[in-house]
Amino acid sequence: MDILPILSTLRRHKITAWLLILEIALTCAIVCNAVFLVSQRLERMNLPSGIAEHELVQVQLANIGNRSDAEARAKTDLAALRQIPGVTQVALVFQMPFTDGGSSNSGIKLDPQQREDTADVTQYMGENLLSTLGTKLVAGRDFRPDEFVNLDTAVAALHTGDLKGLPQVLVVTQALADRLWPGQSALGKQIYLGQGLAFRVVGVVAHLARPNRLSKGVEYSTVWPISMNVSQGASFLIRCAPQERERVLKSALAALKQLDPNRVVLQKRTYDEARHAFFANDRAMTGILVGVCLALLIVTALGIVGLASFWVAQRRRTIGVRRALGATRANILHYFQTENFLLATLGIVLGMVLAYGINLFLMMHYELPRLPVIYFPVGAALLWVIGQIAVFGPALRAAAVPPVVATRSV
Amino acid sequence: MFVHYLTLGLRSLRRNPALTVLMVMSIGLGVAASMTTWSVFRAVSGNPIPDKSAQLFTPQVDNWGPQQNEKGEPPSALSYTDAMALMRAHQATQQTLLYPVQLSVLPGGNRSLPVAVNGYAVYGDFFPMFEVPFQYGSGWSTADDEGHAAVVVLSGEFNQKLFGGADSVGREVTLGGHDYRVVGVTRHWDPKPRFFALFGSGGFEDPADFYVAFTRALDLQIDTTGNNSCRGKLTATGWDDWLRSNCVWVTPWVELDSAVQVARYRQFLDGYAADQQRAGRFAWAPNVRLRNVMQWLDFNHVVPPESRISLMVSLGFFVICLINTIGLLLAKFMRRAAEIGVRRALGASRREIYKQYLMEAATVGVAGGVLGLLLTAAGISGTGLLFRPEIARLAHLDLSLVGLTLVVAILASVAAAFYPAWRAAQVQPAWQLKSN
Repeated sequence: MDILPILSTLRRHKITAWLLILEIALTCAIVCNAVFLVSQRLERMNLPSGIAEHELVQVQLANIGNRSDAEARAKTDLAALRQIPGVTQVALVFQMPFTDGGSSNSGIKLDPQQREDTADVTQYMGENLLSTLGTKLVAGRDFRPDEFVNLDTAVAALHTGDLKGLPQVLVVTQALADRLWPGQSALGKQIYLGQGLAFRVVGVVAHLARPNRLSKGVEYSTVWPISMNVSQGASFLIRCAPQERERVLKSALAALKQLDPNRVVLQKRTYDEARHAFFANDRAMTGILVGVCLALLIVTALGIVGLASFWVAQRRRTIGVRRALGATRANILHYFQTENFLLATLGIVLGMVLAYGINLFLMMHYELPRLPVIYFPVGAALLWVIGQIAVFGPALRAAAVPPVVATRSV
Repeated sequence: MFVHYLTLGLRSLRRNPALTVLMVMSIGLGVAASMTTWSVFRAVSGNPIPDKSAQLFTPQVDNWGPQQNEKGEPPSALSYTDAMALMRAHQATQQTLLYPVQLSVLPGGNRSLPVAVNGYAVYGDFFPMFEVPFQYGSGWSTADDEGHAAVVVLSGEFNQKLFGGADSVGREVTLGGHDYRVVGVTRHWDPKPRFFALFGSGGFEDPADFYVAFTRALDLQIDTTGNNSCRGKLTATGWDDWLRSNCVWVTPWVELDSAVQVARYRQFLDGYAADQQRAGRFAWAPNVRLRNVMQWLDFNHVVPPESRISLMVSLGFFVICLINTIGLLLAKFMRRAAEIGVRRALGASRREIYKQYLMEAATVGVAGGVLGLLLTAAGISGTGLLFRPEIARLAHLDLSLVGLTLVVAILASVAAAFYPAWRAAQVQPAWQLKSN
């Protein structure tokens, strides 16, 4: 196909041609970046938490004023919850993966002399935590009952420097172990907290995501043998079969209310609801971007149809002349297809430059990674295909122009 | 003539319905996408206290040092030690410290079940500083602050729940097991974003139920429900240790009425930090900030990036829709070159042609605007599916948004028609007549 005549024709329709090129370029730039943003958000929303998500319900209570019998009360509460039919595990925990609100985080060191922390990790606490969450141990062991200390004791021990009051061991995630001791077993290794307090790793779990501050390392989590009670901000985490959750939640609330009606229910939900709420913004973003992208591609395709139809109508007589001079229907069809391909290519080249520019802007302002190179060929192919589909109808109509048109007027 | 062109425009819209539908859809979709995201953006990025936002400042003092602060920025709240020092120095016209608290209350007397209510521990200056409107009574005095008085200001909504909306000034309420005397009841007051308490909050939570005296709340050792952020050695065991620690949790606000006063306060902050350095408490050079309301909102990234990005994407979409409309209008107008030729030959001036075609574009704009309005309404009712409920409920279709949608649609389509209409007006009558 000779493209020179096409170029010379386009030169006579500069503005219309540029409009089309501009439209394709902008579409290309916006769709590339939007799809990239969507992929980032989807990746975030699908992060594994490492726990039995569909089997957990959470109940958080608050006491009125401070109370001295919190420890004893916690024991009675837990016992009552275990009595509920269908409940397999119960724990009093301070935090869960992917939830807003409170989280306990700390910098850890591999060498007490280090100035900077090696990693910022989150601290999970609570008796019976691992088996309630359903995280898989891949090495070592869970805590023994005699290793647990209460939060108040631990905090008091920190103050007095009495190492006996502190927990001696901890469990880390595989991701954290790989970060701290790449290629080695983490079991038996020491980490240091604060002013050189040493703790020994006794177990490694496969996955356990942190509640928030995900940018510090999604799975940089540690589990500590520290027990907590309601006054210290812990919630009841109850594990049961997925279909039992609603019933168990109701029975749990009733049981807790019966034990002590003078408590405020701060939170009652399944873990799925908690996770759903945490990622609400990401879902909003994905929904909007997908919607806008679809609308954008449709509008662009329709725009191409409109302009191509206009050109075909304008050039009816020329087409007739060409046909009369011996051009086949296929020639005419190919002419319009090639024309569209040329315009789309120009648009795509311009669009890629623009896409890169927008990506740079987003990288500066929104901590986004660089646009992967794969987006460029895929984006180009997509726009070429859309262009060809859109131009096909008008091109067919052009090919159907009979040669006799040439003789009608003039 | 205006009416005549309008009817011509409408008739022309009916002539090639496919092109018309394309243009109306293009404008409608573009406007709707932009307006929906704009309604959310406008709600989250507004100035919560327009007439005073430039006079209210929150001081920050770096008590963590370059090793432990966040990229050189001082922490976003003060430690108790620094907060009390600023309060005692009293260098501003009005000043308050505050922190969020949660207390339980028995709304129906002793027989009912307790519920949790949220509020703030504040100083008496809080109310005049932030222009809190009162229904009954007023805030409390400095004397009450100094006397650690057990006073409380209720929100109108909470007063409705507790006292059925009656004037409750002088009555007692029990919050968290302690009695307080009601001194005032506010009208509905809920600035969005809640600029004054962003430490541990996104700025879009439910309105506060009550305000208690800061000094009293500390006496009762009521914990903060906001953030509490500490660095280095964790040595706090009890309440007093915690107060003395480097943990930050108190948000300070000061009112400074003139540029001179602002400069003086900055100097004072610097001087204070330098004093601390001399005293050996800080081992680093003074690192202080003094941000006003809008700077503070910006620094805390109160506008969710999602809202900003979706607005930008929608505007980009709108631009593409406009380019599309230009192309389609061009196609539509040029198809009628012969008709234009006849009109020009019969004596219509270029101006007349220009006016007629701009009018026609405006009718497209009106149709696009109406479609856009319907889609915007659908979009806004759908924001609840997408955005967090506390943000989605801020977006609503009000009269100004309806007006804006229509005006934007019409202006955009007229702007898009400038070039196509000019081209139409350039049609040479002779050529068109000859060829037919």
